[in-house]
Amino acid sequence: MVRLNLLLLVLIVVSALALITSQHQSRKLYSELQVEQAAAKRFEEEIARLQVEQSSWSTPSRIEKVARERLAMRIPEASRIRVLGTEASVAGAPK
Amino acid sequence: MSAAAGMGGGVQLKPVKLAGWRVIVLTLALVLLFGGLAARALYLQGFNTGFLQQKGNSFSKKELAVPAHRGRITDRNGEALAQSTPLFQVFVTPHGMQPSATQFTALAALLDMKESALRRTLDDADGEFLTLKRVPPAVAEKIVALRITGLETQRHYRRHYPDAEVTSHVLGITNYEDAGQEGMELAQNTWLAGKPGMRRVIVDNKRNIIDEAGAGRAPQEGRDLALSIDRKLQHLAFRELKAAVEQHKAKAGGAVVLDVRTGEILALANYPTYDPNQREVVPKDKARNRALTDTFEPGSTLKPFTVAAAMEAGKVTPETVFQTAPGAMTIGSATIHDAHAYGALTVEQVIQKSSNVGAAKMALMLPPETMWQMLSRAGFGSAPKTGFPGEVSGRLRPYKSWRPIEQATMAYGHGISVNLVQLARAYTIFATDGQLKPVSLLKTGGDVAGQPVIREATALAVRRMMEKAVLPGGTAPKAQVRGYRVAGKTGTAHKLEGRGYAAHHYVSSFVGLAPVTNPRIVVAVMIDDPSGGEYYGGSVAAPVFSRITETTLRALNVPNDAPLDNVILPSPEVPPVEEEV
Repeated sequence: MVRLNLLLLVLIVVSALALITSQHQSRKLYSELQVEQAAAKRFEEEIARLQVEQSSWSTPSRIEKVARERLAMRIPEASRIRVLGTEASVAGAPK
Repeated sequence: MSAAAGMGGGVQLKPVKLAGWRVIVLTLALVLLFGGLAARALYLQGFNTGFLQQKGNSFSKKELAVPAHRGRITDRNGEALAQSTPLFQVFVTPHGMQPSATQFTALAALLDMKESALRRTLDDADGEFLTLKRVPPAVAEKIVALRITGLETQRHYRRHYPDAEVTSHVLGITNYEDAGQEGMELAQNTWLAGKPGMRRVIVDNKRNIIDEAGAGRAPQEGRDLALSIDRKLQHLAFRELKAAVEQHKAKAGGAVVLDVRTGEILALANYPTYDPNQREVVPKDKARNRALTDTFEPGSTLKPFTVAAAMEAGKVTPETVFQTAPGAMTIGSATIHDAHAYGALTVEQVIQKSSNVGAAKMALMLPPETMWQMLSRAGFGSAPKTGFPGEVSGRLRPYKSWRPIEQATMAYGHGISVNLVQLARAYTIFATDGQLKPVSLLKTGGDVAGQPVIREATALAVRRMMEKAVLPGGTAPKAQVRGYRVAGKTGTAHKLEGRGYAAHHYVSSFVGLAPVTNPRIVVAVMIDDPSGGEYYGGSVAAPVFSRITETTLRALNVPNDAPLDNVILPSPEVPPVEEEV
């Protein structure tokens, strides 16, 4: 009887310690998860910010301005265009 | 009892004899004390447990709102037109805040403020709370890390519109909480907004989250929304429209580009406009999406429908001749005028020269019901159903109340009101084999079936007449496009003012399609009250149509159906063909 009780006592102590350890483990893992989730959120926000930036740099009005002013591009005159591949192109070819 | 007895046993180790009454008193006292404790425990555990549990949880358990990120609005190619980024609002309790000197210096630096300025702001504050600034997440994190008591941050979102005033009327705007207020932001709010989630957590005494307590609710993130708008074409339409409104000193203007096959609105521009990124008060008259929420009398752009109705009824062919001399016609007490007395005109020439008398004569050959049906089936009098908040249906009065003069004026677009999108949609019947296509502001899967309205032969015939209108001899040679055959119709109408028409205020419009051999787009342009001298649709709106159409067709890679030197402008000596309004 006494031995059984002692055995049970040992078991209960062991299980209590195991419970505490696993609880501790779980909280530690959870806090790590939190850190990672926060990082994921930050990255998402960073993506959103970068997308806004990309979109702002690529507005058609800016592209057009750069093309015209910095790269000196322009729409070619009709005489310098040759249309290929359609019937109309024959008529459209420069004379 | 047993506890008391055990204690008694301990005491009895020393052979001291106590008086019997003292033993009894002591035992009773002990029993009472323990009994009291037991009762208290029972009370707390048994009867009051809910309340206490709640109290305990309120210290260690917390419910946190997890905000959902609002979805992006993109154009048809996935480029962002509206996007939210988080910002943190920093606020403090000015009098409860006691930062150390180093904390204060660091805070000022992070807020990008001078220390003296921050000090003054804090000292001047008289309220409970003081909102300082909105900062990006990275800065907010550093500010929180300073651990200043009495300082908190709160998450907000800021909506960015990279194309600013170019897309503002279509997109609309969101409010301070990032909820849709106007435009597509409002119409599609449920789709875009998502639902905020909730987390139940356990926190320690420093308010750090240490564990999840029970199931929370995951946030339902907002979804992206793809519009039918093409960013490039939108920009282009806006640029040309803006230039025209400014050049002609007009009050306002609108331009719509429709994809004939899918019914998608590729561009929808309005002017004047506003920058949705500047969130100060937006003036109401600049915020309106006029192309959908305002109506106007279309004027001569309605004539092709009169011709279509007469042809469908079998009353005329393109060669039927109408006598329009002497350039005026009296019905009852009213008189209809033409700009010039043209004499005998074929149906084709009525469209080409935009003769009011010819159109009126044609309309009067038809029973009112037939004409009404034509207009109604072309979508007039019913909203274009784009789902846009505040879109209007225009006015098409029931035919039973039409008097002959009204039927005659309706033939050239007076006494009926439309919005610009509706007008563009109606022209799809001439751009297809006679089908009215449903229009959409959202990207759709592809080709869409329309509602058959007229026969293919009629559609083709009217299209050919409208091509004559843009060639020399017609009202709108300036609508011609290099490398493509186009067809269209001008409109110039007196503006309604009060109960009558204003003498010198006009609405100039042009609606057309291109390329004629296999139409791909319908473009509608409306300029409201041009006051720079010119006001005919052919000289104000047609050039805008031409420029938008040329660039749009090129951007869409539509094969040319005409040589590149096809544009023939009439020589300056030839007086322009003007339409009576």
